[in-house]
Amino acid sequence: MATLKLNEKDEVRRLIEVIKGETKGIKKPVNIMEICGTHTMDISRYGLRKLLPPTVNLISGPGCPVCVTPIEDIDRAIEIAVQKDTITTTFGDMMRVPGTRSTLNAEKSKGADIRILYSPEDSLDIAQKNPGKNVVFIGIGFETTSPAIAITVKEAKQKGINNFFVIPMFKTVIPPMEALLSDPELKLDGFIAPGHVSAIIGAKPYEYLTSKYKKPCVITGFEALDILQGIKMIVRQHMKNEGKVEIQYKRIVKYEGNPIATAVMAEVFEAVDSNWRGIGVIPKSGLSFRASYAGYNALNKFKIDISYSKEPAGCRCGEVLKGIIKPKQCGLFAKKCTPEHPIGACMVSAEGSCAAYFKYER
Amino acid sequence: MCLAVPGKVLSINENMAEVDLDGIMIRTNITLVPDIKIGGYCLIHAGFAIEQIDEDYALETRKYLKEIRDGDPEIK
Ligand code: SF4
Repeated sequence: MATLKLNEKDEVRRLIEVIKGETKGIKKPVNIMEICGTHTMDISRYGLRKLLPPTVNLISGPGCPVCVTPIEDIDRAIEIAVQKDTITTTFGDMMRVPGTRSTLNAEKSKGADIRILYSPEDSLDIAQKNPGKNVVFIGIGFETTSPAIAITVKEAKQKGINNFFVIPMFKTVIPPMEALLSDPELKLDGFIAPGHVSAIIGAKPYEYLTSKYKKPCVITGFEALDILQGIKMIVRQHMKNEGKVEIQYKRIVKYEGNPIATAVMAEVFEAVDSNWRGIGVIPKSGLSFRASYAGYNALNKFKIDISYSKEPAGCRCGEVLKGIIKPKQCGLFAKKCTPEHPIGACMVSAEGSCAAYFKYER
Repeated sequence: MCLAVPGKVLSINENMAEVDLDGIMIRTNITLVPDIKIGGYCLIHAGFAIEQIDEDYALETRKYLKEIRDGDPEIK
């Protein structure tokens, strides 16, 4: 496939016309969900929702790892961060997420040792330089991120570093897709499947979904033309009553994914039931440590009581994440809840649906 | 959070590489892309190269990321 030129407006217009033509005369709009926060942001940023005909309905799904993390996990991470002799390491996205009583940012300004990292691997350096302290990494992310943590943990084992721990809050993408497909309230017709998660897992895991539910899944890149091409491919399948996996983002994603990455994930982690904000517990939708790596599980090391955890009153992140309502339908949106003063995680994270709508589609 | 950005490999030392991320040098773990060569491009996420990419595409993507930084490329 030829490399796409960016922002080629003529090609954008042509694709929009093709999509219009393909869906002409259909009674119900084609409901297409994206489940990657980067797609959510790009769709809003390019204004694609306005350009597409009313026959195509784009719905944002649970694609932002920060947003889908339930509040009790946020509270637990904050409680661990304030323990004595603890250094917390984290991706920056987590700092402002409101817990029930506090945020990591607030605890940092009160003196907790919380450090923002670009690479989780830097935690090992910190652990080696601070032998008297426990270094705890907040393990958040989908399959794009979890191989990096798995490699870091293996490295800790090889180097005999035993003051390094990870709070396993990892999520995987296929189980929530199945949960959403089986939700009668949603009536999804297809998925824009995540590009960089799929660079790791490949196309095969989606075949389970497409063969069971007969809905198109198209692995899509992140430029405007990528997304429109992905939508065109979904619409085409939908009109022909097909439901298969296709890769639009072929310049990055291989059918088999990255086998080294999936192998290291499988060595260190195993699938566990996991709670998703707004959706509830989805079987086998999270990753935690295998028994052979259980010593790195921060939850074995720190016993934390978070029975006080409670979602913020009035926040409808749950319904937003499931695509049942659009952010604007939340009564707090752009009033009490803004990026400066976020009430829910969907407004904090740069990739959250509420943040995307606030910035581009108000 | 799953955004990954392209970088050019400048040097390799075992499982670590020095990578040029559009003018910024960073150290990147290359365990997941063992075949990468000096001068090659890879897609980097959270300090780890997750996939190799070809040069044309890497340069296109840099342009796209620059657009994100410089403003809002809404299509009108
Ligand atoms: S606008 Fe704010 S309060 Fe409403 S759902 Fe979004 S994050 Fe929650």
